[in-house]
This record gives sequence, structure tokens and C-alpha cells, in this order.
Amino acid sequence: MIEVVKWSQNMQIKNEMKMEFRAVSENEALARTAVAAFVTPLNPTLEEISDIKTAVSEAVTNAIIHGYDGEDGADNIVWLSCRIRNDVLEVEIQDKGIGIEDIDKAMEPLYTTKPDLERSGMGFSFMEAFMDDLEVLSEPGQGTTVHMVKKLGITSWIMNE
Amino acid sequence: MEEEFKVIDNYLMIRMPDEIDHHHSVSISKTADKYILDEQIGNVVFDFERTTFMDSSGIGIIVGRYKKISCFGGKVYAIHVDNRIRRILLLSGLHHIVEIME
Repeated sequence: MIEVVKWSQNMQIKNEMKMEFRAVSENEALARTAVAAFVTPLNPTLEEISDIKTAVSEAVTNAIIHGYDGEDGADNIVWLSCRIRNDVLEVEIQDKGIGIEDIDKAMEPLYTTKPDLERSGMGFSFMEAFMDDLEVLSEPGQGTTVHMVKKLGITSWIMNE
Repeated sequence: MEEEFKVIDNYLMIRMPDEIDHHHSVSISKTADKYILDEQIGNVVFDFERTTFMDSSGIGIIVGRYKKISCFGGKVYAIHVDNRIRRILLLSGLHHIVEIME
């Protein structure tokens, strides 16, 4: 019995990663690839990696084109931080841009403030669908923080149900 | 891997790139529209054979082209759609306007 406990304690994975980058569209691929690489020790399925990459891509794209209104600048920085606790991944994407006036409205499917840029208005819906938990904190003029959680290793049996 | 465009009769074939995100979507839409206008193309076929990643920017590309051609009776098709792309199309309700060809 004691051995089993010891073994499971040894199996605990704890890790953290933080990065910051300029709000330019080239960095969308950098951000999602970094998070995908970070979760590799958890042996995620291809499905799970794809879900995480899509959600991160949505959040980072939002920070760049909405938070900073698509403007590049030395002060326009996006922060990304990731945490692994056993089989749970937490991702946080933060900008110090213009913020969101009405978060509930922004999270409605198909709602977009930039239809001219062919934004589909599906960003938050995708984050919600592909992750297990989504929290959005925002203050106009202060910026936006998107917090997402995903438990790994359950997608395969949900898909089979 | 860059996107590729080819015109066959009244169809514009777009070979989508490896990764479709906001960074790539602007130029794909722009080039596609140039073909649609210059060559009076009626229908658009999106080929996802090489695509391993797509986010909601891909939805924007498809909906945008659909709006351009549907008023003249044109149709939008998707080919080589794997499970990941299919989930994104279904989740956004795009399967109502795009014909997914097996």
C-alpha cells in the first residue's frame, strides 16, 4: 500500500513556463507551438494537442488584433504563462491593451467587432469548446486576461462515448 | 508551405497551407478575391490535404469567400477534410454552407 502511494507521488508532474512576445501575427504560431511542446511530457493525444493549439491561437490572436488593435509597438506585449499540475494544464494569456467593454457580449458566438477583417466571432466559442474551463477578466483601458484549463487524458474516452 | 491557387473551368481550387491562422488568412483571402474578380470564378474549392492546423481564421476565409460568390449562385466546397478540420467546420455551423466532399 505504502509503495503504491510512493509510486504515485513520484509520478507527479509539476512544471511552469512563462514567455512574453511582441503583438505581431508571426508570434501566434510561436505561442501555440510552445504550449504544445510544453505539454508533451503528459503524453497528450493528437486530438488534445490540436485542441490546445487552437485555443491558444484564438486567445493570442484576440490579444493582438483586439487588445492592441493590430498595432505593433515595443510596448505592445503579450504574456503567456503555462502550468502543469499532474494531468491538468493551465494556460493564461494576457495583454495590457484596450480591454473589453462587455465580456458577455464578446463571448457570444458570431459576435465580432471586426467583421471587416473577416473575423468570424468564434474565438471565445472555440476556446470554450476545446478547453474544459475558460475565464475572461478584462477592464477597459487596462487589458484582458484569458485563463484556460484542460485536463488531459480524457478526450479519447469522451470521443468514444 | 504556402497556399496555391489554380483555376479549373469555373472553379477556383485553393490548396490551403500547412497552418491556417490569422497571420496567413489575410493573404489567402486577398489572393482568392483577386482570382474571383479577375477571372469571374463561380465556385471555390478549399483543399485541406496539407493542413495540420486551423483556427477560427479559417472560418473567416471560408465565410468571406462564400459571401462573395453565393449571391451569383456559386458554391463552396471542402476536400481532404480530416477529423480536426471537420470538428471546426461542424462547431461553427459551416457545414450548412460548405459541401464537404469525401
